Amino acid sequence: MRRVLSAIAKPITETTGLARWMLVAGVVITAVFVICAIFAPWLAPYGFAQSSAHGVEFPKAGPPSSAHPFGTDRLFFDVLSRVIWGARTALEVVVLSILFCVVLGVPLGLLSGFYGGAADRILVLIMDALYAFPSFLLAIVCSFLLVDVFGGSVIAVSLSLTVVYIPQYFRVVRNTTLSAKEATYIEAARAIGARDIRIMRKYLFGNVVQSVPVLGTLNAADAILTLAGLGFLGLGIQSTQAAEWGHDLQRALADAGGGVWWTGLYPGLAIVFMVIGLTLVGEGLNETLNPTLRRRRLLPVVMPERDAAPSESEGR
Amino acid sequence: MAIEVSDEVVGVADQGPVISARDVRVWYGTTRGAIRAVDGVSFDLAPGETLGLVGESGCGKSTLGRGLMGLLPEGAKRDGQVLFRGRDIFTLSAKASYQLRGRELGMIFQEPLTRLNPLMRISEHFEETIKQHEPDLSKDEIRARALETLRLMGIPPTRYRSYPHEFSGGMRQRLMIALALVLRPAFVVADEPTTALDVLVEAQIVQILNDLRRNFQTSLLLITHNVGIVAEACDRVAVMYAGRIVEQGRVADVFKNPQHPYTRELMRSTISLTTTGLNYIPGAPPDLVDPPDGCRFHPRCPKAMNVCATQNPVNIERPGGGRVECWLAGPEDRIPAGGKQPLEQEELTVADEA
Amino acid sequence: MPTRPDTAPDTGPETGPQAGPQTGPPTGAQTGPRTGHERAADALVDVRDLSVHFELRGGTLARLFGRDTGTIKAVDGVSLSLRPGEVVGLVGESGSGKSTLGRALLGLVPATHGSIRVRDQDLADLKRRELREIRQVVQMVFQDPNAALNPSMTVEDAVADALVVHGVRSASERHTRVVEALERVGLSPVELFLKKYPRDLSGGQKQRVVLARAIVLDPELLVADEPVSMLDMSVRAKILQLMLDLKNELGLTYVYITHDLATAKYFCDRIAIMYLGRIVEIGDTEEIFANPRHPYTKALLAAIPEPDPDKMVPRNLPRGEIPDAAQPPLGCAFHPRCPEAVTGCGWESRDLRALLEEHWLRPGVAFEDEQKVIGELEELDTPSTTATLGVGGSGAVRAVLDRMKAEDPGEPLWSGVTSIEDSGAGVNVHFEPAPSPALRRAGGVEVACVLYPDPGEG
Repeated sequence: MRRVLSAIAKPITETTGLARWMLVAGVVITAVFVICAIFAPWLAPYGFAQSSAHGVEFPKAGPPSSAHPFGTDRLFFDVLSRVIWGARTALEVVVLSILFCVVLGVPLGLLSGFYGGAADRILVLIMDALYAFPSFLLAIVCSFLLVDVFGGSVIAVSLSLTVVYIPQYFRVVRNTTLSAKEATYIEAARAIGARDIRIMRKYLFGNVVQSVPVLGTLNAADAILTLAGLGFLGLGIQSTQAAEWGHDLQRALADAGGGVWWTGLYPGLAIVFMVIGLTLVGEGLNETLNPTLRRRRLLPVVMPERDAAPSESEGR
Repeated sequence: MAIEVSDEVVGVADQGPVISARDVRVWYGTTRGAIRAVDGVSFDLAPGETLGLVGESGCGKSTLGRGLMGLLPEGAKRDGQVLFRGRDIFTLSAKASYQLRGRELGMIFQEPLTRLNPLMRISEHFEETIKQHEPDLSKDEIRARALETLRLMGIPPTRYRSYPHEFSGGMRQRLMIALALVLRPAFVVADEPTTALDVLVEAQIVQILNDLRRNFQTSLLLITHNVGIVAEACDRVAVMYAGRIVEQGRVADVFKNPQHPYTRELMRSTISLTTTGLNYIPGAPPDLVDPPDGCRFHPRCPKAMNVCATQNPVNIERPGGGRVECWLAGPEDRIPAGGKQPLEQEELTVADEA
Repeated sequence: MPTRPDTAPDTGPETGPQAGPQTGPPTGAQTGPRTGHERAADALVDVRDLSVHFELRGGTLARLFGRDTGTIKAVDGVSLSLRPGEVVGLVGESGSGKSTLGRALLGLVPATHGSIRVRDQDLADLKRRELREIRQVVQMVFQDPNAALNPSMTVEDAVADALVVHGVRSASERHTRVVEALERVGLSPVELFLKKYPRDLSGGQKQRVVLARAIVLDPELLVADEPVSMLDMSVRAKILQLMLDLKNELGLTYVYITHDLATAKYFCDRIAIMYLGRIVEIGDTEEIFANPRHPYTKALLAAIPEPDPDKMVPRNLPRGEIPDAAQPPLGCAFHPRCPEAVTGCGWESRDLRALLEEHWLRPGVAFEDEQKVIGELEELDTPSTTATLGVGGSGAVRAVLDRMKAEDPGEPLWSGVTSIEDSGAGVNVHFEPAPSPALRRAGGVEVACVLYPDPGEG
């Protein structure tokens, strides 16, 4: 248990200065949103699509008050509740899409890099094409297509984000596999008679997935923005299915002219902070896990005055 | 290829030393504390003389070489005194020491390919090097000088316009040596220059290094782990252990009559054609963050005495010339009563092995 | 009392190979000189006329322009048989094909030609599954212990994985066998090492783990590819001693691959000297060292730095380096570097280039003027027994060649020249073609060198 904890804390204990500060700030911000997401039913005063409580209807676009600290919007929804529930939606989508990316991208990259050949070339071509496509446009097209299949659900949006980000996982894993499979320990594994599948599982996997966590956190920040963008264009999740910050922002657009600032400000701030938090975690992790960027904390060298030199005379 | 050498060795004995190092220390900062990689080293190097620096890995050989050149990583500190022709190079300004490097102090590295710019022709490497220190030379003069140096290294003039990748490993090492020597520096540090090479090529490079003193009058500090190379190419040898030079002297004296047990064990553990039994030194060099008290070799020493574990050995004149740091060699009067009893040592197991 | 090197090595000579066949079956000394070509009936491994070729594929551009494509003959017609219990050394520089031959014995690289029979099964006939089975019999120890262990597996996992792969299902049996193997290689107390990762171990300890992984399957043959060359001097002897002990305890057969004749002398019963994919000399260790015949063997012996201050640097070293295996020299592959080369070694155009370059290295030679006469040397790089060179008129070219000849009349290249004829502004130099010498019996060994012709040919 202690070993697990110290392994988790290692990025923090091993860093110094700015990197450590970034990591700590990022972890704190992200943790706040994660707590909101997990405990949304208890933390949020109302449901995300609740327009009345105890038979009393909420005011339409009511300003912040004691009953509604962030005010209410034109659909009579409580803004604070929607911001908190929005964290849950964002987290669900991001976690699902990264999960899909890892589950699909890592094995594909591993197989592709290990075996090479025609299948590898075709996969690389597809992934490069996806990567070269403007990512937001790709997300729009995918959600258009997927919303028809799955409806405007969390799954549909997650899958379209997966399409956008999977090439990065594939490329990273494939490239590290290409270099790792030349290592002597892979030949040693062949020499003891290990099958390909075992070599990939036991010898390559652990050594090629090390850059995935960093990639995951950095992509998560990007995914929040893409998700909000899709919501803003009305392509994402509908208001009644879940609270989604981007979609709320879009609806708040009409309010901005009429002095109703609270419907836009709070979802906007939520997006900004969550992106900042995740980016800080990603960059902080990158600094600690990436050996080319890592700078170890060196203790300053203090040379004591030498004790009387134990020598009769110097020189030869 | 025949390398023209004159037979007489340049008389060097009467001149003062080129390099005179006194009590040099180089320590590295780490997360655990300071590594005392070089901890009080003194030696002299006469003009045209080759000093071999031997020892196991992790004894500070390379650090000493880099420390002398001023090529140390961030967080490292050095002190002591190193006189180059009477000037203390440790106290020079950054600019002055930069000018000294290359022109007066040269360095030859282990892996030559990483030190050559793959996009630059050999000719450009030489032009770059020479122009930095002698900006007034014309292109023809540079070419003549470079070709002459290359000729002494056995690289034909037809290859002057080639790129580094067009050369084989041994040729690249010759190129590196030529680049280090083209400005005729008075002092060159060669850090394991043959380790990455094949046996026959290694012998060729050793031969070139051996001829350096005659062709260039260069003083050479040859860092190697190979006792055989020292025997073949060096005038004097310094045996380094755990940050200190434990024995130094003329190669013939030291190798024929080693005074320090470490020197003897190092030679015995070398496998050569005359080897009839396998010998090894138990244990490994100590962690230099916290080296053992007294003599640093005492935990591995087959002849350790009680005094060795508590008191630093005294640096004394070795019989036959040179210096040694070992209580076995004396001085007798400094050893406390009972100090000569054999030391009860902890058994060294595989867990302590290098 | 601590173990001291003063006492420990005393076991060396007794357990060493020179002490004679205590555990293994009779070695060559009693059955008469034994060399590569004899098919030993009781051979553990029998290699017949083995070739391993690699296709060279340059980059796209190079292929477009038809450059840099070709075949590297890493191993080229090698025959060797290993008897149970003997230690055979494969000695040569990097690029000599010794490592490829060692890997071929495990089926890690496929044979292009010829056969490798392990316990009378031809590796080429085996299916992938059966090939994996054979790896229980033949195991390998690698040069770089730092790279040979998976950095994300503990010592126990690394050694146990060999057992998992070969179907040892019971975890407790695996543990017992891992512990036993680790104790055998001296990693005791075992508890200290089981849960460690390679990064926590020293070089010697890592090499012990690699050895443990190799012996845990109870193999019969161990292919050791430079097992000590990356280790510190002070532990090399220890690991070699361990390997000798393992051989005696477990009745192993070794193929010891090395560039270092000094360790081979101590370690091996029989030695095969390899150069550019071929065996150039093979025979019993004592005979090879007492009476080296091939000039390459002599050169390797002379090049070993001896810790004896009275020994001078050898002067008569082979020139240059091991050539490109994609375009090996014509005739005997060693002739361009050979200090003892003679007329019939197979001289060719590239040798003339090398000689010209050497000529221009001499002090006082008017390199600039002569180069104008000779022109570019690139044309000589295509291997051919006819060398076309010169742009400054045939007379001037002949004059340069004459000056070269006068400089060193003993240079054997000139005796390999059959004729020099004028051709345009230069000359054509024709060389006498010569085949690559085959391994022939000479004394107690076999040598591939024109200096040792087949006794039958007179």
